Amino acid sequence: MGEERIVEIKTEELLKIAEEFKNKGYTYFSFMTAVDEKEKFSLCYRLSSLENKNSITIKVKIPRDNPVIDSLTSLWAGANWQEREVYDLFGIIFEGHPDLRRILLPEYWEGHPLRKDYQDERITKRPDFY
Amino acid sequence: MIKTEELYLNVGPQHPSTHGVLRVIVKLDGERIVEAKPDIGYLHRNFEKICESRTYTQVIPFTDRLDYPSSMVNNLAYSMTVEKLAGITVPKRAEYIRVIVAELNRIASHLLSFGASGMDAGAFTIFLYCFREREFIVDLFEMLCGARLTYNYLRFGGVSQDLPEGFIEKTKEFCNYFKPKIDEYEDFLLNNYIYSQRAKNVGILKKENALSYGASGPVLRACGVKYDLRKDEPYSVYNEFDFDIPVGKNGDCWDRAKVRLEEMRQSVRIIEQALETIPDGEYLNSQVPRLLKPPVGDVYHHIESPRGELGFYIVSDGSSRPYRIKARSPAFSNLSIIPLISPGLLIADLIIIIGSLDPCFGEIDR
Amino acid sequence: MDIELPNNIILTKLEPFFRWALSHSIYMFPFGTACCGMELIAVNAARYDLMRFGVIPRSTPRQADLMTVAGTITEKMAPLVKRLYEQMATPKYVIAIGSCAISGGPYHYDTYSVVKGVDKIIQVDVYIPGCPPRPEAIIHGFMELQEKVRKGK
Repeated sequence: MGEERIVEIKTEELLKIAEEFKNKGYTYFSFMTAVDEKEKFSLCYRLSSLENKNSITIKVKIPRDNPVIDSLTSLWAGANWQEREVYDLFGIIFEGHPDLRRILLPEYWEGHPLRKDYQDERITKRPDFY
Repeated sequence: MIKTEELYLNVGPQHPSTHGVLRVIVKLDGERIVEAKPDIGYLHRNFEKICESRTYTQVIPFTDRLDYPSSMVNNLAYSMTVEKLAGITVPKRAEYIRVIVAELNRIASHLLSFGASGMDAGAFTIFLYCFREREFIVDLFEMLCGARLTYNYLRFGGVSQDLPEGFIEKTKEFCNYFKPKIDEYEDFLLNNYIYSQRAKNVGILKKENALSYGASGPVLRACGVKYDLRKDEPYSVYNEFDFDIPVGKNGDCWDRAKVRLEEMRQSVRIIEQALETIPDGEYLNSQVPRLLKPPVGDVYHHIESPRGELGFYIVSDGSSRPYRIKARSPAFSNLSIIPLISPGLLIADLIIIIGSLDPCFGEIDR
Repeated sequence: MDIELPNNIILTKLEPFFRWALSHSIYMFPFGTACCGMELIAVNAARYDLMRFGVIPRSTPRQADLMTVAGTITEKMAPLVKRLYEQMATPKYVIAIGSCAISGGPYHYDTYSVVKGVDKIIQVDVYIPGCPPRPEAIIHGFMELQEKVRKGK
């Protein structure tokens, strides 16, 4: 089992640090996602190096009122769809992304459903048993 | 000089060989593809949002419906992630049962994919043969938990029921029955002149691109990368078994089918070893509380599903419901390769490529 | 009529005859989106062999009498379901296979993108419950439909 590390960085440093890791051999882009932490969004990138069997998780926090961050599409092509998904469900804008459109929901959709404050009249609340 | 125009063709979302509800917008120059843009999301059932209002145990049935051809593996990935988060131990017998059912399900899923890739190329018979053997495995699962497709069999700390009487003998019988069938399939499809002409040198994926796109599973291994989480990061009891990781050379559609076929052979090997050495004992850790409340924190765990690296990222806030669940789906990353590998090929090759990537839309759209 | 008929001749009206013929040669348009689509494939494949009931899968709605909706229908899919249904020639029938197609099933609550039942969009003739229904249940559903076709809508 390879080692796993977690790095917490600032928003501005993301592109620079990600490039450093890529040059160190972390060529495999596993996934990226976001978590709505009420005041902030926390983004989480996971990169792997298949030769050394190491993985690294990069965590970035971005403010909720201005959710903008650099895109990693220029480094890993796999970031393209993953970032589109996060944009679709969380409304985070990735600067420098070549094709930032909704991917899962239709184009006309309003709002970003995985945000905790998302309201929609389509949702039927489940009666609570527990 | 005749002036020609490029044509837009819409494949899907309802199309017999897109393996679900994929839509591809193809720009054509004559019969050659200039650009292919997949459009997904036609089965977006918001798994991740639903999970936020369910307890940890209630999420298990939803994981069944993510990657429905291999529900057991999804159950396993989710259960192992929660076990890692809450620090639950699993009895030895349960680990063996989990390996057996996961490998059986890997065979069932590969049979479906292998048969369907033949059907895309016009070979209908192999599809029926594959389904004949798949029904055998489905019968075994029915003995185990009563369901044919969505099993909901695993629990945190073990499995829901012990192996029923006669299961081990029946599974051994299946292994003996199935081994010669694999050679038959190889002759039938892979060595078939028509199929190899259509699949060889089609949709070649280079190693660097596969890594950068985050491809995994048979798609990555067909490019010659020997990366399998069962060997590289052994989870459960996989380190106790002896098996090989098949890899391809060219990374074309034929290699992907070949890797799947070889993986079925290896899965049979694992099942046979596990059936010989399965220990007695408990099948469920009885210390696990009914209403699980894992500690605050986040965890990621991934396992090798038939499609590749299947992982769950769970954030817990200490309550009985998960704060956030993200499913890292292998087919999502694998499918994103289509715009890269399809330009320059014929429109008929696109169907072969989609079949060889083995997409499952429950998992891609979630 | 007072004519004496030989034993191998049956007298009937034209319309019941057509209905009888249709009930034994239903051209099905399999519209499988999710898990239930798998069971629909299994019914058509080796062991269960739906073709012995005269149900033949056709991949285009224009050549089909029956549309089988198997699986979850989302908001993004809904307009396409309606369009596919409208492309079919009458008489046309619809079978909803599985809980998702009937009511949204497990995705009924807390969901924003799932249509709560395909009957919100198109008219359904036979419902087959289950998540997913067993192949035997699906065959039973088809036999119910045959009965319905024979009796007239």
